[in-house]
Amino acid sequence: MSTHHDPSTDLTTRDGAPLPERFEDPGLEGHRARVGDSDPKAQKRAERQVVVLFTLSILGTVGAIVAYALVPPGETVGSMRLSNLLLGLGLFLGLAGIGFAAVHWAKSLMNDHEQAEDRHPTASSEAVRVKAVEALREGVKDSSIGRRGVLKGAMVTSLALFPLAIAVPLIGNIGGDWDVSRSKRTMWRRGTRLAIDPTGRPIKAADVTIGSVFHVIPEDLHEAEHPLDEKAKAVVLMIRMDPRDLKSEQGEGWSYDGIVAYSKICTHVGCPVALYEQQTHHILCPCHQSTFDAADGARVVFGPANRPLPQLPITVDDEGYLVAQDGFNEPIGPSFWERLT
Amino acid sequence: MSTVDSPAAPAAPPTRSARAAAATADYLDQRTGVGNAVKEFARKIFPDHWSFLLGEIALYSFVVLLISGTFLTMFFVPSMTEVHYHGPWASMNGVEMSEAFASTLRLSFEVRGGLLMRQIHHWAALIFMASIVTHMMRVFFTGAFRKPRELNWLVGFTLMILGLLAGFSGYSLPDDVLSGNGLRIADGVARSIPVLGSYISFGLFGGEFPGTELIPRLFTVHILLIPALILALIGLHLLMVVLHKHTQFPGSGRTDKNVVGYPLFPVYVAKAGGFFFVVFAVIALMGATMTINPVWNYGPFDPSVVSAGAQPDWYMLFLEGGLRLMPGGVEFVIGEYTLSLNVLIPAVVVPGLLFTVLALWPFIEAFATGDDREHHVLDRPRNAPFRTAFGVAFLTAFMVLVLAGSNDLIATHFHLSINDITEVFRVLFFVGPVIAFWITKRICLALQRKDRELVLHGHETGRIVRFASGEYIEVHKPLDEHERWLRVQHEPRRPLEIEPAEDARGVRRPGYRIDAMRRRLSTLFYEDRVEPVTPAELAAAQSHGGHDALPAAHDEHPAELSGAGGGVRHLAADQEDTEGTNRP
Amino acid sequence: MKALAARRHHRYAPVVLLMLALLLTGAVYAIAQPASADAAQAAASESDIAAGQKLFQANCATCHGPTAEGREAVEGGAGGPSLIGVGAAAVDFQVGTGRMPAQMNGAQIQAKPVQFEQEQIDQLAAYVASLGAGPAVPTQEQVDPELGDAANGMALFRTNCAMCHNAVGAGGALSEGKWAPALDDTTPTHIYEAMLTGPQSMPVFNDANITPDEKRDIIAYLDDQREGSPGGLSLGSLGPVSEGLWAWVVGIGLLIAASVWIGAKSS
Repeated sequence: MSTHHDPSTDLTTRDGAPLPERFEDPGLEGHRARVGDSDPKAQKRAERQVVVLFTLSILGTVGAIVAYALVPPGETVGSMRLSNLLLGLGLFLGLAGIGFAAVHWAKSLMNDHEQAEDRHPTASSEAVRVKAVEALREGVKDSSIGRRGVLKGAMVTSLALFPLAIAVPLIGNIGGDWDVSRSKRTMWRRGTRLAIDPTGRPIKAADVTIGSVFHVIPEDLHEAEHPLDEKAKAVVLMIRMDPRDLKSEQGEGWSYDGIVAYSKICTHVGCPVALYEQQTHHILCPCHQSTFDAADGARVVFGPANRPLPQLPITVDDEGYLVAQDGFNEPIGPSFWERLT
Repeated sequence: MSTVDSPAAPAAPPTRSARAAAATADYLDQRTGVGNAVKEFARKIFPDHWSFLLGEIALYSFVVLLISGTFLTMFFVPSMTEVHYHGPWASMNGVEMSEAFASTLRLSFEVRGGLLMRQIHHWAALIFMASIVTHMMRVFFTGAFRKPRELNWLVGFTLMILGLLAGFSGYSLPDDVLSGNGLRIADGVARSIPVLGSYISFGLFGGEFPGTELIPRLFTVHILLIPALILALIGLHLLMVVLHKHTQFPGSGRTDKNVVGYPLFPVYVAKAGGFFFVVFAVIALMGATMTINPVWNYGPFDPSVVSAGAQPDWYMLFLEGGLRLMPGGVEFVIGEYTLSLNVLIPAVVVPGLLFTVLALWPFIEAFATGDDREHHVLDRPRNAPFRTAFGVAFLTAFMVLVLAGSNDLIATHFHLSINDITEVFRVLFFVGPVIAFWITKRICLALQRKDRELVLHGHETGRIVRFASGEYIEVHKPLDEHERWLRVQHEPRRPLEIEPAEDARGVRRPGYRIDAMRRRLSTLFYEDRVEPVTPAELAAAQSHGGHDALPAAHDEHPAELSGAGGGVRHLAADQEDTEGTNRP
Repeated sequence: MKALAARRHHRYAPVVLLMLALLLTGAVYAIAQPASADAAQAAASESDIAAGQKLFQANCATCHGPTAEGREAVEGGAGGPSLIGVGAAAVDFQVGTGRMPAQMNGAQIQAKPVQFEQEQIDQLAAYVASLGAGPAVPTQEQVDPELGDAANGMALFRTNCAMCHNAVGAGGALSEGKWAPALDDTTPTHIYEAMLTGPQSMPVFNDANITPDEKRDIIAYLDDQREGSPGGLSLGSLGPVSEGLWAWVVGIGLLIAASVWIGAKSS
């Protein structure tokens, strides 16, 4: 601040009085008249415009009712679109007419002289505060709570406890059976056939040509008690590549002749990872772009996921159908605290 | 009925309707004392500025949400029971789906006007959140959150969070693939929470994902719990506005002790009332012409299905972007327990930090300024460079996350590699806000210097005058007092000076540490600044740039001015500007 | 004539025209390219194959080798995979959508204006098909959207295609600058051939995975999408991001304009 040159010390106004520290508020600007304020014709014109706008609104509403009666949504996309469009345009006109009319009225016809109103400090005055404190003090004295410690304790405890009678049953039931370990198990068992999602056709190994991708569910999915819950864990992505391209897998002999099967549930936050790029053997999650290398044990090559997609060990049964050798050997899907317990 | 037989009543007898109105008013007043309220509020003054209407957009779009939402509840069935659809939408015929999805199709295609109301409801929701954000930006950048309005800022902040929850819960109700995957992500995020994760997930879904409980639960949350809270808080928000009276932009005659504007009745009844219809009309126009959330394209939820462009509504995109940007590799196993920071950091920690800073900003700034006066005149954003720059930096971080959440669409539309985009955004998330902060602060300071320049030397007129000495100058027209006041009215904010740590006897005083922290913060806020022109500075500028201030008087004798230093005026002005900029 | 003009604007007019066009091309195909692979080879005349070979030598051999056995990409030069056994369908798709002959190496070979007459494409296809058994070009009946079940097509499309091509075939991003193209302008025959042959990044969906009838159902579903959206403008069918953008641009844009008007003093 010391370097700041303050010219007010060495300068004075012409008549010798020192200049003020700051400028002074010149006060409200005078009113600027509108065209309509002096020209009755302009005022009349504005009034007519307002009337026209209100009339447009009436027409719009009538139009919407007519459209409702005459243009049903029907069975085709075109008729649905037309019904929606006409009803909506009618509503739009009905509303916009009122809105623009009211605002135009306010702007062009109503008094536009600015007015000032005083503000008062938000806080109450000292006298009021004293009285408020006094009122509280008297109340406390009347209740005699200050002298009865046990009573106070009992009251606080009972008030603190009573919500439990509601919260305990709520929390007890809100999570169903609370058996969180269920999310570690899927329907895949030794010998479960791999079937096409959503038709449920079982798949023969011979039908899976190189470069194919099959979206797979366990064949007995529809027999499950809660098929959607099971499907949410059991979906699998099955890919066949040239066996020479297969660099690694998560377990010895878990693939069959270049056919590999991975859980389709992303290890990041659980989206179905389903984009398979045939040439690079990359599997991409469309939600957050985690990328896995199907040819290399579903290793993460990009994105926010941390772990490979769990591999489902597969083989073929006597009839040539693809089956699971066993279930997944780790929980599928996103990580959670007790995943490895 | 005093009006009827009052001697002051006009000679003409009152009309029938006037008598009826008077009778009604009398009836009401005798039972409610409404007269007091009318006297108090009918002519209450509100200041006029377009940016004060942003909050009204939020209020009105909420009303539109209530109206259209009530319509929808008449036809929507919040049930996850599986049914087979049969109706006019051919590509769904015979498909198995939840009743929630089937009833959404029915209310879209078979209820006349149902599709319009659905689209209006969803567009209104997007507008609701967008207007809340723009309203918050206005309040932030103009410093309207300062005392006595800090608590109202918190109420508004809570309203924004509730708006996010309302949006997310409503978006998920149709039980389609897109929102189902959104829920799946929510489930994945919930599971990443240490210790309690799985239990939180089970608590939400009533068991395993997706279960059969979620839609009915979300329905109750969406149509009862959250709207009731929002309504109550809007009431509180507006009550506080009435209590504090509205802030006003600086200008002549506008002080912290008054409010200048137009009366509620009739001007604002017409303007604000009319604006409700305008807001509703714009939303109706969007609902009539633009498809939103076409769930019939996505189909009923199926946990194995996902479609390209899997994103949430715009106000949740920042979370999606955070999840996309975070690199993997920060998942740890402690003992046998898994801590997945690659999910926790972007989905919980970063948004938590950003929102906390946002909520607490009024208190942080009050701490830095040490100012406990009431403020009713707003700041021009340029006059609070640190705050403005911080706000822009915050928005930049938010914007980077939003764009990262749209990286697949950026990739396809601009033919870029999604991997490259992600890498760039990873860097930009950290670098972007810093650059934005620096640039914004520079711009604010430059604008303040521009103000000084204008006040000191007036407007350029484009009129060139030649002196006898051959020198040319441009005549400047001085500002009138109203123009000038706008540019000099703000109080300069300077870093706080604090008492020394030890008094004269060398005793350490209590509270020094907090004061020192306050000084550091205050220095950070106000170290770089430009002070407003003082009358003395103006007088000084006029004395050696007199031809600018008094051009008319000297037009006939320009030669007289040749010695007045006109030729070096600009240089002088620059020097003065630097003087105005204080860097202690 | 008037009646015809009126009908031109009928909703079904594009469908009818498409049908007529399909019938016409179908008739041409029926001569050159009968249903099954064996039949195709039998029917493709020796002269077609010879003409195809000539075209191949002139336009394709640089990358795919003089006998279509493929060629490794060498320094600064182009390489291409072996075409033995890829079948006529692959040729019809790659050349018929303009992807082949490729113009430049990039993340992905792009569709561009078709370089050959359909007759030449058929000749090329006949030549490549003669090199080894592969999938044939589908018949008109196999790709006729009118015969498919759009509801089943949607279920299949959702599971097998939507993750790359978007829920209604508007396209989407793949990794490293690749993308799944939009399908709104792709002909039913090319859609069928793409599923059958798995061009570039796209996996193969053979007839065991998605049966020929199911492929036709998918075509029917995609064909339905060309009628647009019942809600009005489709905004590109890109989902919530484009909706959010429009909410800001149109919604907030109009409302702020209205606010400025309301807040401005009347003249």
